[in-house]
Amino acid sequence: MLKQMEGSRAVAEAVALCRPEVICAYPISPQTHIVEALGELVKEGALTPCEFINVESEFAAMSVAIGSSAAGARTYTATASQGLLFMAEAVYNASGLGLPIVMTVANRAIGAPINIWNDHSDALSQRDSGWIQLFAETNQEALDLHIQAFRLGEELSLPVMVCMDGFILTHAYERVDMPTQGQVDAYLPRFEPRQILDPTDPVSIGAMVGPEAFMEVRYLAHVKQMQALELIPKYAAEFKEVFGRNTGGLLHTYQAEDADTMIVAMGSVLGTIKDTVDELREAGHRVGVLGLTLFRPFPTAAVAAALAGAKRVVVVEKSLAVGLGGIVATNVRMALANSPAHVFTVVAGLGGRAITMKALRELFLKAEREELDALSFLDLNLELAGKGLELELVKRRSGPLAENLLRAAGPARNY
Amino acid sequence: MFQIRIHGRGGQGVVTATEMLSIAAFEEGRHAQAFPSFGSERTGAPVVAFCRIADKEIRLREPIMEPDALIIQDPTLLHQVDVFAGLKPGGYILINTNKTFDQLGLGDYVRDWPAERLCTVAATEIAMKHVGRPVPNVPLLGGFAAISGIIKLESVIKAISEKFSGKVMDGNIAAATAAYQQVLREIEEARQSA
Repeated sequence: MLKQMEGSRAVAEAVALCRPEVICAYPISPQTHIVEALGELVKEGALTPCEFINVESEFAAMSVAIGSSAAGARTYTATASQGLLFMAEAVYNASGLGLPIVMTVANRAIGAPINIWNDHSDALSQRDSGWIQLFAETNQEALDLHIQAFRLGEELSLPVMVCMDGFILTHAYERVDMPTQGQVDAYLPRFEPRQILDPTDPVSIGAMVGPEAFMEVRYLAHVKQMQALELIPKYAAEFKEVFGRNTGGLLHTYQAEDADTMIVAMGSVLGTIKDTVDELREAGHRVGVLGLTLFRPFPTAAVAAALAGAKRVVVVEKSLAVGLGGIVATNVRMALANSPAHVFTVVAGLGGRAITMKALRELFLKAEREELDALSFLDLNLELAGKGLELELVKRRSGPLAENLLRAAGPARNY
Repeated sequence: MFQIRIHGRGGQGVVTATEMLSIAAFEEGRHAQAFPSFGSERTGAPVVAFCRIADKEIRLREPIMEPDALIIQDPTLLHQVDVFAGLKPGGYILINTNKTFDQLGLGDYVRDWPAERLCTVAATEIAMKHVGRPVPNVPLLGGFAAISGIIKLESVIKAISEKFSGKVMDGNIAAATAAYQQVLREIEEARQSA
């Protein structure tokens, strides 16, 4: 049924349709509306049987999720930013133990400096945690991916992170097609755990593993995660049969067929990128788009195939590997190891810096002219950054950098 | 695509107003996207929220920098925030005040504007009368329906019914209708004197 609603509410209703039995979460912006809505649904009795467990921290949230998933309950949580970092130890445990928890990450920057706005630093910091990572472009995709995530995670006995841009998606009202309970039930079978803490058939979970088998356990974690590359397209196809929509898959392309310049990105910025590409296409520029839905496991072969015809590849990413450059771009470069294409890394939108069509248009044209540096920062205010450096040059005790830059920047205007 | 920016202060229902505007447009079968500008969620602090309305899927996610219409929920913002930044020449301007554009000191700015695209309405007073609280957001939506014709009053009323219930719903419907009628009268007068 078509509805005009907030992204967070849409995800909460979709998660509820998946019949989770335990939801445990600690509120943090911009994830809060999702778990608030789920809490209401549980309290109203609209989502039953389900236990909503209030916890005292994100570390506790993931710990409870581990316990309930090991006990055989379909388990859901959500977090963002510092919350994800705070639960990091348990995040690794959940995947290491092979527990199919589904978690929304409402993507937000990581401090310091503290910043509540959107970028992908939080989820990408956990890229090697063993979780499957999916990124949503729209609220429709966000809600659809949650339904697929339970299916995928439970089949592989692996946890899945569904990443959606904080505020930009979580707080946006837009049209979504909300599935029916019957559709979701037809698509998502009952949770049949591969391992379960059952008093009638006791096992212990969480053995200490020494050098004699640790490598093998880790190797199998990799092998298992790579199986997602086969399952995801299959589940996306089945999803289309039940729901009538193309959602999910490893990646998708747009205007890519004869493109010399391919733009790679993840998440909601793909919409703005597609509008920009349409404009450039009309002006005769051969530009196309590759949107990554799946980041872990990294769909290396599919990325290489999708970019095979491109002369140059521009990776626009909302993350920064300090001391290296790009995170997504580094992965894309690996996929293009045997390709002559030039790869450009563009760090954009950190901490909620708006990514505008105007900036993207200039960027793509610059890339087309091969005038782009290997690493660049979109809409970076170099003058402002320079003031920070200047201060440090003239004065040893120059004070806290973030505060100095804020003073130099003056009042914000975010429109 | 039609783009609306609403300026107000924390507590005035700025974000809710864009959400309801998007619901109203959705009720008419159109695509709509509403989103707030985040960061200053304190009561009384300047708040901005955005709404796009179109006949096809809206993919663009940048803030609205060149709006077709502005709704200003608090006229004191005129001295504090560059509310007119990027407004398209001849765009719709609806301000919550009982003063005129001249009295607000905006006469020069809007001299070349079509008169029927400018309107002030005392939305806080209307809200006090019908809702009993100083929340100008909903009557301004009624006023916006009248000045722009982009959405119908009935759609605004549907959006009100989706967001509120009981007495609050009834009061807001009355407030939106009153503002709608007042703005219709004002633009009719403006057309005749032009």
